Amino acid sequence: MKEPIAQLDRVRLSYQEQLAETLAVSDLSFSVYEGEFVSIVGPSGCGKTTVLSLLMGLIQPSGGEVRLLGRQPGDRTQVGYMLQRDHLLDWRTVEENVLLSLQVKHLCTPERRAHARQLLETYGLSAFAGHFPRQLSGGMRQKVALIRTLAFDPKLLLLDEPFSALDYQTRLRVADEIYSIIRTEHKTAILVTHDIAEAISLSDRILVFSDRPARLKTEHRVCLSQDGPPSRRRSAKEFSELFDTIWKELEHHGV
Amino acid sequence: MASEQLELSAERRAYLAARRRSARFVVLMRYVVLLAFIGLWELAAQLSWIDPFITSSPSRVAATIGRLMQGGQLFLHIGTTLFETVAGFLLGTLLGVVIAALLWWSPTLCRILDPYLVVLNALPKIALGPILIVWIGSGMGSIIVMAVLISLVVTIVTVLTGFLDITGEKQLLMKTLGATKLQIFTLVVLPAAVPTMMAALKISVGMSWVGVIVGEYLVSKSGLGYLIVYGGQVFKLDLVMASIVVLCLLAAGMYYAVAALEKKLTR
Repeated sequence: MKEPIAQLDRVRLSYQEQLAETLAVSDLSFSVYEGEFVSIVGPSGCGKTTVLSLLMGLIQPSGGEVRLLGRQPGDRTQVGYMLQRDHLLDWRTVEENVLLSLQVKHLCTPERRAHARQLLETYGLSAFAGHFPRQLSGGMRQKVALIRTLAFDPKLLLLDEPFSALDYQTRLRVADEIYSIIRTEHKTAILVTHDIAEAISLSDRILVFSDRPARLKTEHRVCLSQDGPPSRRRSAKEFSELFDTIWKELEHHGV
Repeated sequence: MASEQLELSAERRAYLAARRRSARFVVLMRYVVLLAFIGLWELAAQLSWIDPFITSSPSRVAATIGRLMQGGQLFLHIGTTLFETVAGFLLGTLLGVVIAALLWWSPTLCRILDPYLVVLNALPKIALGPILIVWIGSGMGSIIVMAVLISLVVTIVTVLTGFLDITGEKQLLMKTLGATKLQIFTLVVLPAAVPTMMAALKISVGMSWVGVIVGEYLVSKSGLGYLIVYGGQVFKLDLVMASIVVLCLLAAGMYYAVAALEKKLTR
C-alpha cells in the first residue's frame, strides 16, 4: 500500500467556549492517498470543516494524531484551501490575485510567476488577467480562486463547499471545470460538501460522517459505469442507488 | 460614441433629456436660493427692516472683505487658520489610523482600552481647552492640539470599526496561505479599509475646523476664529460676518478636496 498523503488516527477534538466544552470530533480515523478525490458528507454542523482546519494545522487535535505527508501539518506550501466564497481581493487584478499566494509565501520567482500565468492561459482566463474580480461572473471568480490555490503547486487541495455559493446551473458547469483542472494537474483533493449528488459525481471515495461529535460512519468507493465529467457521471445507473444509500445513512440523524 | 447616439430610440432620448432637464433644474435652483438669500438680506438692510449694525449686509460684508484683502491681513488670517486646520487634520488622521491599527493588532489591548475610548468619545474635548493653554501655552501649538484631540477619537473609532469589519473568512484564507499578521494587515485589512478611512477623513476635516476655531476663540493673535471673536467684542458685525463667509468657502473647499481624493482612491 502507498503512503497516505493525509491521515487522521483516532483524532479527538473539543472546543472550549465560555459556556461549555463541545466535543466536535471523536475517535475519527481515515486516510487519503495520492491522486484520490475524496468527499466528506455529513449532517450540517457535524464538524466537517473542523477536519479541514485540522489538516491545515490551523487547530491542534485534543487527542490522536494528524499526519500530512508523513509529518505534522503546518507546512503551508503543501496544502491549498478553497472556501465557499472566492474571497478575491477587489482592488487587485485577476493576475495579482492569483499571485497573492506566492507573494505571501515569498515564492515569487520568475518560474512560479510563469507557471501561474500558464495556468490562467490553460484554463481560459488569460484574457481576463488584467480585469478586476467585480468584472467576472461567479463561476469565473471561483475558477480564479482555484488557480490562486494551484499557483504554489500544493500536493493536497482542501475544498470547503466551494460550489455552494453558486446558482445551480453555474454550479454544475464550474464543478465540471474544476474537476477537470484538478484531474489534469494530478492533485489529491478532499471535498467537504452537504450535497450528496455533488459528492458522488466528483469523487472516487465518499466518507459519511455521523452527527456531532464527528465519527466516520461509513465509507463508499464510487464505481460508476459512466466516466468523464461530473455532469455525465450523474447519469450513471449506479448513481441514484448510491445516492439513496447515503441519503438514508444521513437521514437517521434527522435534520 | 457618435454612432451610438444616432441609434438611440426616441424613448431613450426622451428619458435622457428629462434627466438632463432635472439635473439642470437642481443646479439652477441652488443658485436661486443663494441669490434670493443674499438679495433679501441686502434689501432688508437697505429698507431698514433690519438693523445692519447688528445683522450686517452683503454689501458691507463685501466691502469688509475688500478692505481686509487690500491690507493683506486677510491672507495672514486665512493662512494661519488653514495651516492649523490642515496640520490638526493630518496629525489627527495619521495618529488615529496608527492607534486603530494597534488596537486591531491586539484584541486584548482593544478590550482594555474600550471604556477609555467610550469616555473620551463622549467627553466634549473643548473642556480641555484651559488645560492645553496652561500646558502648551497660548499659541498655535494649543490650537493644533485642540484640533487633533477633537478629530482623533472619532477617527480611531471609525477606522477601527472599518478594520474589524473585514470578514474573518478573508483572514482565514490568508492564514491558510501561511500569511503573517503583518501580511494580513498590509495585504488585506488596510486596503480593504480604504473606503472607511476616507469616510473618517471627511468627518475629521469638519472636526478639525471646529477644533481650530474654538482654539482660536480661546487663544490667538490671528486667524479667522480670532477675527470672529475680535469682531464680536468690538461689535463690528461686518467683520464677524465677513470672516464667517470666508470660513464657509474654505471649509467647503477642503471638504470637496477630500471628496475628490476619495473618489480617486475608491474608484
